Amino acid sequence: MNDRTHIPAAIPSPATESPGQTGRFAMDPSIYRRRRLINAINMGASMMAMMFGLFWLFWILWTLIDQGLGGLSLDVFSRSTPPPGSVGGLANAIYGSLLMTLFGTLIGTPIGILAGIYLAEFGQRGWLAPATRFINDILLSAPSIVIGLFIYEMYVVSVGHFSGWAGALALSILVIPVVVRTTENMLRLVPGSLREAAAALGAPQWKVTLYVTLRSAKAGVLTGILLAVARISGETAPLLFTALNNQFWNSNMNQPMANLPIVIFQFAMSPYADWHTLAWAGSLLITFSVLALNIVARWMGSQKTQSH
Amino acid sequence: MAENNIKLQVKNLNFYYGKFHALKGINLDIASRKVTAFIGPSGCGKSTLLRTFNRMFQLYPGLNAEGEILLDGHNILGRDVDINLLRAKVGMVFQKPTPFPMSIYDNITFGVKLYEKLSKAEMDDRVEWALRKAALWNEVKDKLKQSGNSLSGGQQQRLCIARAVASRPEVLLLDEPTSALDPISTAHIEELIHELKEDYTIAIVTHNMQQAARVSDYTAYMYLGEMVEFGDTDAIFTTPKKKATEDYITGKFG
Repeated sequence: MNDRTHIPAAIPSPATESPGQTGRFAMDPSIYRRRRLINAINMGASMMAMMFGLFWLFWILWTLIDQGLGGLSLDVFSRSTPPPGSVGGLANAIYGSLLMTLFGTLIGTPIGILAGIYLAEFGQRGWLAPATRFINDILLSAPSIVIGLFIYEMYVVSVGHFSGWAGALALSILVIPVVVRTTENMLRLVPGSLREAAAALGAPQWKVTLYVTLRSAKAGVLTGILLAVARISGETAPLLFTALNNQFWNSNMNQPMANLPIVIFQFAMSPYADWHTLAWAGSLLITFSVLALNIVARWMGSQKTQSH
Repeated sequence: MAENNIKLQVKNLNFYYGKFHALKGINLDIASRKVTAFIGPSGCGKSTLLRTFNRMFQLYPGLNAEGEILLDGHNILGRDVDINLLRAKVGMVFQKPTPFPMSIYDNITFGVKLYEKLSKAEMDDRVEWALRKAALWNEVKDKLKQSGNSLSGGQQQRLCIARAVASRPEVLLLDEPTSALDPISTAHIEELIHELKEDYTIAIVTHNMQQAARVSDYTAYMYLGEMVEFGDTDAIFTTPKKKATEDYITGKFG
């Protein structure tokens, strides 16, 4: 405010103008040149930093396409993982990954959304919400191998065998903090005036939340779920101690289950060339599914901002 | 004002935002089926006062009202009052239009469905009635299934008024309902207020003094949490009893 009132005083009025100046706007070219130079240097530096980051990304993507595309064939989707030296594919691993990701998401999402709603809408008073938020942030950054070990101890050891369910449980624990965080953030973006307007009609809080607030934040919450799916679909560590692996086609969630990340891990570490080819193909599949999920999530996010 | 014409009676109301004393010993009678306007500079407590009438303040922790507000003789600040039922009786329209993220039709029925069970035909009638009351029917009758967000700002605000009217409250609280609107939409809404007061008791907060003079029957001037002067709008604007009121109305202050 004060700056504003001072501006007129800073511009020389015609009466006090120095003799050399003709117009009202006078500029010292050296200041302007200096500023352009600083701008150019900084712009250049940030472009370099960006290229440095993108360079590796594109190298990785290029290597993946280069090595993986040759391995992609119908067999990859129709045959199960082979013993060394024979023909096979990744069908059992793809199926296992899809199944465990699906169940992981189905278990984790409702818990995450409910907790997110609690944090954003109901937890204004008391200590429970801040404590939950804090623990959730820790869980969000917890190494996934710790989650795998946890499920191993709690579930695998007590039932006595590895299984698809154990894998799905471990993945669901990775889903929860992501969904909690995005749900809470998206609900907080909903203006308070909307909640007030619904409450002013005499709606109880659960109806306000369900029909007005959550509905407004729907696109954002869905985006969060997609990002969580993208996160878990590439996870290896939590499946190592839980779902383990399976050479054969298996649709029983109560049995050890093949999955792409661990098959990639196993095949890439092996000395066999045909296993390497399959590992590359699997990597390509995962990377591009995750990329596709991210693009869809972004697109949904932008749709939301456009409609408002 | 005859005793039986009083809809809302405020008795020695004090309001606190935590430790901040925002309303100081307010006493006021709001007449049934009249328009009462609240004017005063920003921060004087007029919106705060309005938001005690439907206990909107209770959405937030740390806010506290002491004293009595009698709606038809019953204290609405009492502990045994069902807040949701109270809000169904005392509707509110806010400064910014707040259409819900659903169709125009569903926006209207949202509040009705909370407390009434109507057949499809009855509901259709109610929606039309409410939209007609809010002078919006002709503009939206062919696009009731469209999102409420697709309307213009002025239409959205009239939708919010229709929504508030649809559940047939007894009192309507308007918190600067036209401050975000252009003059034409404002004129629409002021006409509306005139018509609505035949059925509803209306309390309106406004920064626009001409608006208060145009639409209200009674005016209250507030300053720093106190009720400075309250009376007939004509009297307040032509022969205010207090110097402070006169200064504010004539623009010497505020």
